[in-house]
Amino acid sequence: MKLLTHNMLTSHVKGVIKGFCILFFQATEVKVNEVEFNPEFVSRMIPKLEWCALVQAAELGHRQDLPGELVPDYEKNEEFLKKVHRVLLEVEVIEGCLQCPESGREFPISRGIPNMLLNEDEV
Amino acid sequence: MHQMRTQDTHCTIKVVAVCYIKILTLLPFMVIKPQPGTLFCSPVSSRKYFEFGTRMALTKSHPFLKYLLHLAHDNLDFRLPEIKALLSLRGKPFHPYENFNEKSPFWRLKDLSEEDVRGIMARSVCAKSAFELWGHGQTHSELRTSLLNYPLENMSPFMQKDSTYRINVYTFNKTLEFTDRLKRIDALDYLPFEGTVSLKSPQHIFCLLEDYGTDPNSIPEHPIHIYFGRWIADGQRELIRSHSVKNRHFIGNTSMDAGLSLIMANHAKVKENDLVFDPFVGTGSLLVACSHFGAYVCGTDIDYNTIHGKGRSSRRNQKWRGPDENIRANLRQYGTEKMYLDVMVSDASKPVWRNAALFDAIITDPPYGIRESTRRTGSHKDITKPPEGIYVESHVPVSQVYHLSDIFTDLLNFSAQHLVMGGTLVYWLPVYQPEYCEEMVPLHPCLRLISNCEQTLSSHTSRRLITMEKIKEPEELDSSAHLADPCFSPYQGHNAFREKYFSGLNKKCGKDNNKSDVNVE
Repeated sequence: MKLLTHNMLTSHVKGVIKGFCILFFQATEVKVNEVEFNPEFVSRMIPKLEWCALVQAAELGHRQDLPGELVPDYEKNEEFLKKVHRVLLEVEVIEGCLQCPESGREFPISRGIPNMLLNEDEV
Repeated sequence: MHQMRTQDTHCTIKVVAVCYIKILTLLPFMVIKPQPGTLFCSPVSSRKYFEFGTRMALTKSHPFLKYLLHLAHDNLDFRLPEIKALLSLRGKPFHPYENFNEKSPFWRLKDLSEEDVRGIMARSVCAKSAFELWGHGQTHSELRTSLLNYPLENMSPFMQKDSTYRINVYTFNKTLEFTDRLKRIDALDYLPFEGTVSLKSPQHIFCLLEDYGTDPNSIPEHPIHIYFGRWIADGQRELIRSHSVKNRHFIGNTSMDAGLSLIMANHAKVKENDLVFDPFVGTGSLLVACSHFGAYVCGTDIDYNTIHGKGRSSRRNQKWRGPDENIRANLRQYGTEKMYLDVMVSDASKPVWRNAALFDAIITDPPYGIRESTRRTGSHKDITKPPEGIYVESHVPVSQVYHLSDIFTDLLNFSAQHLVMGGTLVYWLPVYQPEYCEEMVPLHPCLRLISNCEQTLSSHTSRRLITMEKIKEPEELDSSAHLADPCFSPYQGHNAFREKYFSGLNKKCGKDNNKSDVNVE
């Protein structure tokens, strides 16, 4: 699971769906796969990101030196875009889980694929 | 379901493309030793001013010429929305000439530049080729008049002495004898070709196209329309073969065929650096098509086995799926793995995405309950609570039926919420033909219907490819599609469409019915 996908998710556990609620990462296996750098795509994604959550996920998953605040004029800052690119598209959680911070519900990730299905009593 | 599609019935109409090179090699006994240029046209130009016009024409004084599109004669319904979508991607309108006939394989378009036409052809799977139209008419003499009236300065850059060229003859709905083809080309001797004929690698290709109508049972003696123009580009028909599911690494029972997947991506106006999502991703056929056009792709499916590429194989000679049969491997096969984001096991009725305009396009083929079951997580009555705090990785919750009407309501609401403004939703709507009326297509206050194309599946069922565009952000009141509308009732009730689909069919189809139950993974 890439951190870009993680950044677009929210908890959907019943009773928790009030506003935005990012899931915590617990990773037991993290991989970095090289992906072709595409500054335009990264620039397009940045406005859609929850920046704080990304910085947090980047620390939890794989240490990256992302600034705590989004830098201005990032479209022209190739060095910055490359860092974001690495966090968004190259770091992948292979084994681990996602945890809903409110309910504590865990969603397991195996072979890089999260299982977001809820149980019978949770829907 | 997709394999139940009717076979292309349009094949009876032959489009015959013959270029000289083939015929010349096939007929070695014909002594043709052409002085370059003389066989195909007379170099004698009746126009004195030709010599003067040549250089002047190099300045691009006529950016907007007439263009002719030659379309493949299948998926007729899908062609116009595709070309319109591709034009709109370039910010261009669809402006046909008078007497435009959507069902004809030849369309004349105006208000375009050659660059626009090349751009469309780089994407289109419905169009075969595009030409700069130099002349046309209902008879050969009309064509001649039309060609002689075409500005010489537009022709001459492609007819210069030091250039090489070739003339092709295409006939639609009729096959011409070789000698007749020769005659057609010889008859063009009024055109001032100065260059040298090169059959193998000409700089310029010209084409004479004869249209004998679309009825294979009554082919007229003379063509109903004739066109002549300069070939500009071919479409992407080749992708249908190169991306065929027959040779795809990972497929399922309901993998969408390559041509339709690409058409869907075109209807969705998927472009470079887009983010595209498929909520019923299956084996990812639609993601393959979208990634081909440069979009980053992700998808979800409720089926754990499909997403993980486990379980029984859909291939005839193979019992179980191999270790690396998954969507990512499919993208890798076509060289677009870099466009792969993620797939997740998730229930489309309980979206996991945060409430934001994330996707440029949502493109999907929802299950209708025929070859795959419609289901979502949930329980009927007895809630069985698993041990506290233990969430087994491969736990598959009990699934319950997912009414078709709910699938579409959820899909439209989800799209209204998660599409960017101007983003598109493209999906298939199954239709029981005797009951179909246009009002049955689900609407949403935030989504505008762009196109609705039919593909026939059987004598009484079809599916419709629906394209919608997001026109406004949802407010509280916009939260549901018109579910209450009585027209929407055909989709209410579990397996409503499925029951009709199999209703009144003979025993053979009844068998299929049982089989499809077994096929459900």
